[in-house]
Amino acid sequence: MLTTYIYPKFEYRTPPEIASGKTLKVPVVVVGAGPVGLGAALDLEQQGVPVLLLDEDDTVSIGSRGVCYAKRALEILDRYGVGDAVCSKGVSWNVGRTFFREQEVYNFNLVPEPDHHRPGMVNLQQYYLEEYLAARAASRPNIDLRWRNKIVSVAQTGKTVTLKVETEDGFYSVETDWLIAADGARSPIRRMLGLDIEGKIFMDRFLIADVVMKADFPAERWFWFDPPFHPGQSVLLHKQADSVFRIDFQLGWDADPEEAKKPENVLPRIKAMLGAFDGAVDKPAREFELEWVSVYTFQCRRMGSFNHGRVLFVGDAAHQVSPFGARGANSGLQDADNLGWKLKLVLDGKAPEKLLDSYSEERIFAADENLVNSTRSTDFITPKSKASRTFRNAVLGLAKDHAFGRALVNSGRLSVPAFLTTSSLNTPDCAGDTFAGRMVPGAPMDDAPIIENCDAGWLLNKVGKEFVLLCFVDDPKSLDPAVLAVSSAPSARDTAPGSAGGITFADIPLRTVVVSRKPGTVGGGIPTLEDPRGIAAQRYDAKPGTVYLLRPDQHVAARWRSLDAAKVKAAVARATCNA
Amino acid sequence: MALNLNPNFSEVGKRYFNAYSPGDDFYEMLINAHRDLSDEQSELLNARLILLLANHIGDIGTLREALNVAREGV
Repeated sequence: MLTTYIYPKFEYRTPPEIASGKTLKVPVVVVGAGPVGLGAALDLEQQGVPVLLLDEDDTVSIGSRGVCYAKRALEILDRYGVGDAVCSKGVSWNVGRTFFREQEVYNFNLVPEPDHHRPGMVNLQQYYLEEYLAARAASRPNIDLRWRNKIVSVAQTGKTVTLKVETEDGFYSVETDWLIAADGARSPIRRMLGLDIEGKIFMDRFLIADVVMKADFPAERWFWFDPPFHPGQSVLLHKQADSVFRIDFQLGWDADPEEAKKPENVLPRIKAMLGAFDGAVDKPAREFELEWVSVYTFQCRRMGSFNHGRVLFVGDAAHQVSPFGARGANSGLQDADNLGWKLKLVLDGKAPEKLLDSYSEERIFAADENLVNSTRSTDFITPKSKASRTFRNAVLGLAKDHAFGRALVNSGRLSVPAFLTTSSLNTPDCAGDTFAGRMVPGAPMDDAPIIENCDAGWLLNKVGKEFVLLCFVDDPKSLDPAVLAVSSAPSARDTAPGSAGGITFADIPLRTVVVSRKPGTVGGGIPTLEDPRGIAAQRYDAKPGTVYLLRPDQHVAARWRSLDAAKVKAAVARATCNA
Repeated sequence: MALNLNPNFSEVGKRYFNAYSPGDDFYEMLINAHRDLSDEQSELLNARLILLLANHIGDIGTLREALNVAREGV
């Protein structure tokens, strides 16, 4: 049925351990080469950690699954080397229309906030994302990617996780220090370890139809509540790449999934929907071709802890939400982003294993936020009681004329990263240091346009991967000499950590980056980013002398109005559980 | 006091990073308040709630305006 996409078939190679009979010993194994497992492998590879990545299948995600990749995920994908591919293939949309029964209640135009590299979201079929990530992973020498390698048993003893892997040529064993389980909602690893995931199943079914439009159709998002062509239910339409439109029909719990999927039942629904859009029954019917049909239910649940000894759960294996708000793959990529640098420090002996508890704490905080938001959307879209339905319909009625009503319409709140304000890794602002704006300790960094060596670029592409001390000045010439004193040139630091006068704590690398309103460089090998319109300074409420300590995953760890090396060291220690 | 028809929810001491959060907080509380009630009980809850809020607002002019806006769409 699928005509626009050809699934790649990845090559299986006989693992050398089958013939040798030797146990493979590696520091990290990632199980599951979906978006999150591939992301985790690429994150670790960038940190210099060799990764064995195993997947029981040999292709990408089949059919219509993830659709919407939000700004934070795109920024992370930039770091994994596939941001441009995803954004150029993906479809951007700004106009969203909300309909209630026969009428358009209101529309919105999500004009992207200016001066950010990436838009709020792009729509792209999940198989493209996986294809790009898999190609990237295959090109990295530090990633040993093995398709059609299936885990059949997992055991933890002391500091070692032992895996038995099945292939068509036989079995082999792997011993690893750390196992990252990215093996999806039904996680076999979770089951083999006898671990629970708690939550609830929503008593509803949704029909997904992907259709290829034969003529132009607007790149907009439409959401219908109780439309005449599908009474009492909701319908969502989204544009994806290749003129493929994804339509989600709410079916209700009593629907028979097999009946609903039959073309003779699906096609009339779609025709009625397109007829309703055109607003005229006498127009010739739009031509379209059906590419994919499936029926899904969903659950909202998460594990009590995302780390169990030396096994770390990421993505759907750890937490699942309703699809409203695109919080599945988006939050899974943030899991990978949060975990990579922490695992690297632990593997290098630069941080205690306790740092990985903070992975679980921070991502549970984020998962709970996602669960709350997606559950609220679900409750609005599919009211469970008469009173709830009455309120929902009243909101939709008021939304037509009143701004407060529009703000209450909840057809999915777009995935945004969690502000980790309660994280134990944050250093609170010093008394007397006052800051306006959103860049509080724990905040995910805002982007800003900058110029480096005459090249226009973006702040987020200049920081991350390591801890960064971001120092704001008005003029490079007026840089506080203390910054130079605490900043060692990268070359000096690499050869002799901590010996060149730079700030280091437990040999944890800390790069200095200067943001200056005026052009120039500060010398000493320190990158100097010009902030010609002062947008970075405004978003970070920075004054000359203001310093931010940024985590490798681009969250704010601490900030001060002036540099104090002792405070920076203490904050790095705190952010790495070395305090 | 003119009837405020713009988004107006907030909670003292709470910091919001997304504009939709305070409204969604309220809406969830409202729906939860009706959980496990019969339709008749829900109607009674709504009536009590309206009376409580009306008394809190107090200003008859504002209430008249709200009643008119509410009635328009029914």
